[in-house]
Amino acid sequence: MAKQSSSSPPAIKLSGISKSFGPVQANKDIDLVVEKGSIHGIIGENGAGKSTLMSILYGFYHADSGTIAINGKEMKIPDSQAAIAAGIGMVHQHFMLVDNFTVLENVILGAEGGAILNRGIAKAKTELQRLEDEYSLDVDIDTLIEELPVGLQQRVEILKALFRNADILILDEPTGVLTPAEADHLFRIFRQLRDEGKTIILITHKLREIMAITDSVSVMRRGEMVATRKTSETSVEELAELMVGRRVLLRVDKGEANPGEDKLVVENLTVKDERGVVMVDDVSFSVKAGEIVGIAGVAGNGQSELMAAISGIMRAETGRVLLDGKPIHVTGHADPALLRQRGMAHVPEDRHHMGLVLPFSEKENSILGYQNDETYTSGQFLQMAAIDADARAKIKQYDIRPPNPDLKASSFSGGNQQKIVLSREMERDPVVLLVGQPTRGVDVGAIEFIHKRIIEMRDAGKAVLLVSVELDEIRSLADRTLVMFAGKIVGERGPEASEGELGLLMAGVTDNDGAEARQ
Amino acid sequence: MKNELPKWADYILLPLINLTIAFMVAGLVVLLVGENPLEAAYILVRGAFGYGGGIAYTLYYATNFIFTGLSVAVAFHCGLFNIGSEGQAYIGGLGVAIAVLALDNFMPWWVIFPLAILSSALFGAAWALIPAWLQAKRGSHIVITTIMFNFIAASIMVYALVEVLKPAGSMAPQTRTFEQAGQIPKLDWLFEIFGSGLQGAPLNLSFFLALIMAFLVWVLIWRTKFGYELRTTGTNPTAAIYAGIPPVRTIVITMLISGALAGMMALNPVMGDQTRVELDFTAGAGFVGIAVALMGRGHPVGIIFAAILFGMLYQGGAELSFDMPNISRDMIIAIQGLVIFFAGALEHVFRPSMIRFFSRFEKPPSEPGREAA
Repeated sequence: MAKQSSSSPPAIKLSGISKSFGPVQANKDIDLVVEKGSIHGIIGENGAGKSTLMSILYGFYHADSGTIAINGKEMKIPDSQAAIAAGIGMVHQHFMLVDNFTVLENVILGAEGGAILNRGIAKAKTELQRLEDEYSLDVDIDTLIEELPVGLQQRVEILKALFRNADILILDEPTGVLTPAEADHLFRIFRQLRDEGKTIILITHKLREIMAITDSVSVMRRGEMVATRKTSETSVEELAELMVGRRVLLRVDKGEANPGEDKLVVENLTVKDERGVVMVDDVSFSVKAGEIVGIAGVAGNGQSELMAAISGIMRAETGRVLLDGKPIHVTGHADPALLRQRGMAHVPEDRHHMGLVLPFSEKENSILGYQNDETYTSGQFLQMAAIDADARAKIKQYDIRPPNPDLKASSFSGGNQQKIVLSREMERDPVVLLVGQPTRGVDVGAIEFIHKRIIEMRDAGKAVLLVSVELDEIRSLADRTLVMFAGKIVGERGPEASEGELGLLMAGVTDNDGAEARQ
Repeated sequence: MKNELPKWADYILLPLINLTIAFMVAGLVVLLVGENPLEAAYILVRGAFGYGGGIAYTLYYATNFIFTGLSVAVAFHCGLFNIGSEGQAYIGGLGVAIAVLALDNFMPWWVIFPLAILSSALFGAAWALIPAWLQAKRGSHIVITTIMFNFIAASIMVYALVEVLKPAGSMAPQTRTFEQAGQIPKLDWLFEIFGSGLQGAPLNLSFFLALIMAFLVWVLIWRTKFGYELRTTGTNPTAAIYAGIPPVRTIVITMLISGALAGMMALNPVMGDQTRVELDFTAGAGFVGIAVALMGRGHPVGIIFAAILFGMLYQGGAELSFDMPNISRDMIIAIQGLVIFFAGALEHVFRPSMIRFFSRFEKPPSEPGREAA
């Protein structure tokens, strides 16, 4: 290991960094020290503030307060140009490459060195060749980006940073799109870079990667830096606990579940996203009438795609889904409207982009998806009086405030917006209720109400599938919990499962390889 | 939400401010050619509204712009920017010609008129179908395809008028003049009530057709199932898919309606005024429709007012270039261009500062710091 002597200043020293977006505090008084020539991991759940912190370091955001020191020198980083000048390079989770440019063109983009390209290109070619040889970052520099697999595109991003003389490399979830073999190769490159004296910051939520590659690790939770450890002196269990935290379990009064017959059956479902990456990998499970099945997992492990495929929004590659015993055409054109008629209600996880049309009035939103239902229509026309009366009834029943059905949906608070969606989906007497992130961005008072309603749905004999990244929500609501990691269901637990147990599963540590990672 | 204006400011004040700026810049242009801007403004308004014939002419032009404005607005509510109303209206003229030329020798006007409405709408819709389908199925941008289809429409019309529809022996690239039955009755009786004749203005029944269409468009967009789906697709496509609204069907039907409305515009100049199909009878009404739709905020009532404003510019402008020889016809077009520029293209320029201005009054003065930021 090429550890520098302890007398040299740290590569990065952040002190008291705070940043809020409106009322949301993304970073609270964060201190972070990253030693030169080390691989430093930053872990935390989605929304813990990792990306915000790195964006501040890279000049995308400006901290509300706090200082940044690079190599012992305090400095301001107003934009990414300044970050590059300070020797910081960043590889984003979603690559910033021009698809129809060659590798070479992408690398020199923004660093062309003058109006005439020729000289810059010649120089870049030799420099790139040197970098590729030195770090075994093999990639043909004359290939178009769009012809490269994602693993190689990532190498181009790393080359880009190195070409700009980056001494500090920040990588945001670099293995998210990689196969295990590609990830191993990437880690070898990391070690080599470190041994050359580069500093690497690795943002991830995968504990195994942290244990395998980093020298030290910092844990973030809800915008705060909760701990920094030397990797050799910590364990997966400790990190998982730090990451998830010991939260007060929200108490929800609920009786025993009375599961009936299978209402939703998912068999060998596989879903790819638009990049062709497998997001849901051969998943099978079932939900019975009168039970709540929770799907726990760190965001981005395929839960969204699973819900989208079941509800007919996204096409599945292979697999079968049965709704109330009859198949849904998931691999072809499953029609969300038809599924609603067959009794599938869906509270989407992203209410702003999917569950609501924000510029529409509350009552217009209260018929979204049911706009062809005969309660609200006569012939081709909307029955405005019926829609209005129905909206008013729901406003009363769900205590939606302000109680004005003509107000735009965007004028309601998060909790009330969610109640608009819930009232619309729950009051249709569905067979199956899909609920995604029911309390994200919702105030505490509304959370209790929403949880109660979900349990009432269960007690009324509905089959409820609940997806949430809030572990305590899953634990307090679900009768059975499935944990999703990297597109697969890695474990099933009953309501008695401990937080630590689920946390480990969420981090991809299954019963078999937990021991392995600890070594 | 603090990024919205009160309704009255959005619908009335903002267009008025845009208009005022447009006229101020236009006034500078008038000054530049050495005329008195105030006098020019007086002549313009008097020419458009000062006498019966002027008003009739203003409304005649407005009729064109109501049709094309509605056409643009319907597409806009579905998130589609239909630049092709011009071409759709032009092809709509072909539909009018076919209906009238076939029937005007032996049918009365009240049989021909409804058939011509249908035919013009069909032809306009057909011309919108291919861009719509390309957008919905292939993702070809509708702005590009409709612009291209304007050119294609122009060429087709030249061909049709020169090679097919021109009577033998005639030198002019136009159809034969329609018989009496192929003409839409003028509205002179309406103006008689107010003690003034039309004084030669071609204002005709299609003005009322335009008003009826404005009402029907309002019903369509805000009171039908399809209108709801159309607006959802236009406002939040992701939510539309979530709600099971098929995007392809919605886009195609919306564009058919948009094209049909544009096509109907042909009735007014062709059957109401020229009584034959001439080259370039649309005279840019399709493009003015874009400005009208933007200025009218996509609402039929707003579109009617905006259309009358542009009708005033056309009619008053004509009088102005007649009364002030220094102000040529081209200058009038430049002034119209300025209005389109400020009311249409720069529609949102003053919005942010207006929002800031209004939000200052909305919050109690206890927390002014955050609002000012």
